[in-house]
Amino acid sequence: MGKYILKRVAMAVLTIYLVSTITFFLMNLVPGGPFLAEKAVSPQAQAAMEEKYGLDKPLSVQYKNYMLGLVKGDLGLSVKQRGRTVAQIIATKFPVSARLGGLSILTAVCVGIPLGSIAAFNRGKWADNVVIFIATCGIAVPSFVICTLLLMLFGLKLGWLPTVGLNSVLHYIMPVTALAFYPTAYIARLMRSSMLDVLGQDYMRTARAKGLGQFKCIFKHALRNAVLPVVTYLGPLLAYTLTGSFVVEKIFTIPGLGSEFVGSITGRDYPLIMGTTIFLAVLIVSMNVIVDIAYKLIDPRIKLK
Amino acid sequence: MSEQNKKFPTFQLNVDDFLPADEAEKESLVTMRASVGFWKDGFQRLLKNRVAIVSFVVILIVMIFSFIVPSFYPYSYEHQIRGAENLAPMQYSDGELEQIAAGESVFPHILGTDHLGRDFAVRVMMGSRISLLVGLIASGLILLIGSIYGSVAGFFGGWVDIIMMRIVDIIYTVPDILIIILLAVTLKYPLQNLAEQPGFGWIAAVGVNLTSIFIVFALLYWVGMARIVRSQILQLKEQEYVTAARALGASSGRIIRKHLLTNCIGTLIVTTTLQIPSAIFTESFLSFLGIGVAVPMPSLGSLANDALNGLQSYPYRLLAPALLISIIILSFNLLGDGLRDAFDPKMKE
Repeated sequence: MGKYILKRVAMAVLTIYLVSTITFFLMNLVPGGPFLAEKAVSPQAQAAMEEKYGLDKPLSVQYKNYMLGLVKGDLGLSVKQRGRTVAQIIATKFPVSARLGGLSILTAVCVGIPLGSIAAFNRGKWADNVVIFIATCGIAVPSFVICTLLLMLFGLKLGWLPTVGLNSVLHYIMPVTALAFYPTAYIARLMRSSMLDVLGQDYMRTARAKGLGQFKCIFKHALRNAVLPVVTYLGPLLAYTLTGSFVVEKIFTIPGLGSEFVGSITGRDYPLIMGTTIFLAVLIVSMNVIVDIAYKLIDPRIKLK
Repeated sequence: MSEQNKKFPTFQLNVDDFLPADEAEKESLVTMRASVGFWKDGFQRLLKNRVAIVSFVVILIVMIFSFIVPSFYPYSYEHQIRGAENLAPMQYSDGELEQIAAGESVFPHILGTDHLGRDFAVRVMMGSRISLLVGLIASGLILLIGSIYGSVAGFFGGWVDIIMMRIVDIIYTVPDILIIILLAVTLKYPLQNLAEQPGFGWIAAVGVNLTSIFIVFALLYWVGMARIVRSQILQLKEQEYVTAARALGASSGRIIRKHLLTNCIGTLIVTTTLQIPSAIFTESFLSFLGIGVAVPMPSLGSLANDALNGLQSYPYRLLAPALLISIIILSFNLLGDGLRDAFDPKMKE
């Protein structure tokens, strides 16, 4: 077990190192550095600026400095938002996105698992067909389509829900629905097939044969086993939610990390792009490691290598 | 055997059993059905799958509308018609009404025009052309790189396999969307420089942003394909015909090309088809964020993004690209599922 965890963590660290190195050198491919968009700056001011951000030094020194800073949690200064460090921006914006993302993941799990299970219990009946239909469509519709359709219908045509920001509970309904749509459909599909698999197993027949009630059969024997594939999906789900938040936060003008990231791309705020990328990469990679380890802990049938 | 023989088993032979077989009996002993080749068998299964056929027809229709129709459509995607800005579907501008009054025939703007006076129907068609192109070319690249990489790793095995698959593992854990966005943002400038060099004019023709999207797909998305191909090759290379081919002096490259890859063609087809919708998905996502294809070229994602600004007054401008992209992705997904049922040997009962 310890060896496995060590191996996974080492791989994760290597991945994060590679991502930050790739990010650093990609950013330096851009000619003129971060001040490209700055108009009509005198050479002196340009030099002063470059000195301030450490851009006058050779690339290898810059790389070393950035990596050393990274280890200490220093992601550098934002170019566009004067006087604020990237770490500060992430610290203020991330909680908003985390709340939104967390609620969406919760919704997806709480809706997707029952939907998939109901479909499996009623295999071939109308309930199953409805769930299959929803799941198939849900996987095919991009998040920005869901977002804009919701916005159009409930925000503008019917006027039931507020369209901008995140000030009240009502504000959360549309963004969370939009963000949870795809994962719900995916989890429902996953859950349906794994539940069907479990229901056909011998231990289910044994459970029924020894006289266990329907409730105990389902919750104690079927659900516990069938939910395992969903656990493995949690890692990719987090990645999806984070990238999905780029679109959702942009459309509903939510001041989270996603809209900040998109803004930093269009505004060419390179330190912020870099910082956010590395931050999100660390988040996703470490989540994947945790999920993998948790999965092996939950399911004793899987041999640790 | 007669009733009597059953009751009293004897060693006496029944003469009837040794009579020459008649025609009907001979017929019944012939193989039950003609031997069916891989392709014929697969296509027969596919034809029985109504959902897959319908999706295939839908894809064909979308392709006709996006690749053929714009070439003879009376409007072009970048042509701005003066005085015809923001027309509703089937509405004519004042100038066009005068033309009609003068007896000229004017083709209607089926989906209206956008804020610059460009016919929206043809823009949607061009947008789906871009989306389909991205899907098809990206999947082709993924197929090429993934199958070569996977088959080399699987075939040679040993430390070659270990090193190659460790690299795949690392790329697999890299959060792809983040790197895609990063590459899409940063590759623009070097590509622009490269496009000015002689011999690289095609980059400008394809479009810098589109090229960087292809590079990104080529760099990151082949790993899934490589894993699948490798696991197939690992099973196939133990087969006798590989030993036979080797004994006959075939080189490794020839064995991979002629024997191994042709034998996992079913898996290759299915995986490639299922890559197409995911590539389209990613491209529309990037275009929606404003880092996909460059103006004035439309893509379904960027059309939806443009529509956001005038959502209150022109909701149909969102509906057309949004519906179309969902239909395209859905059809490819369903066709891929159908192909998997038809061609994947593991799915056969």
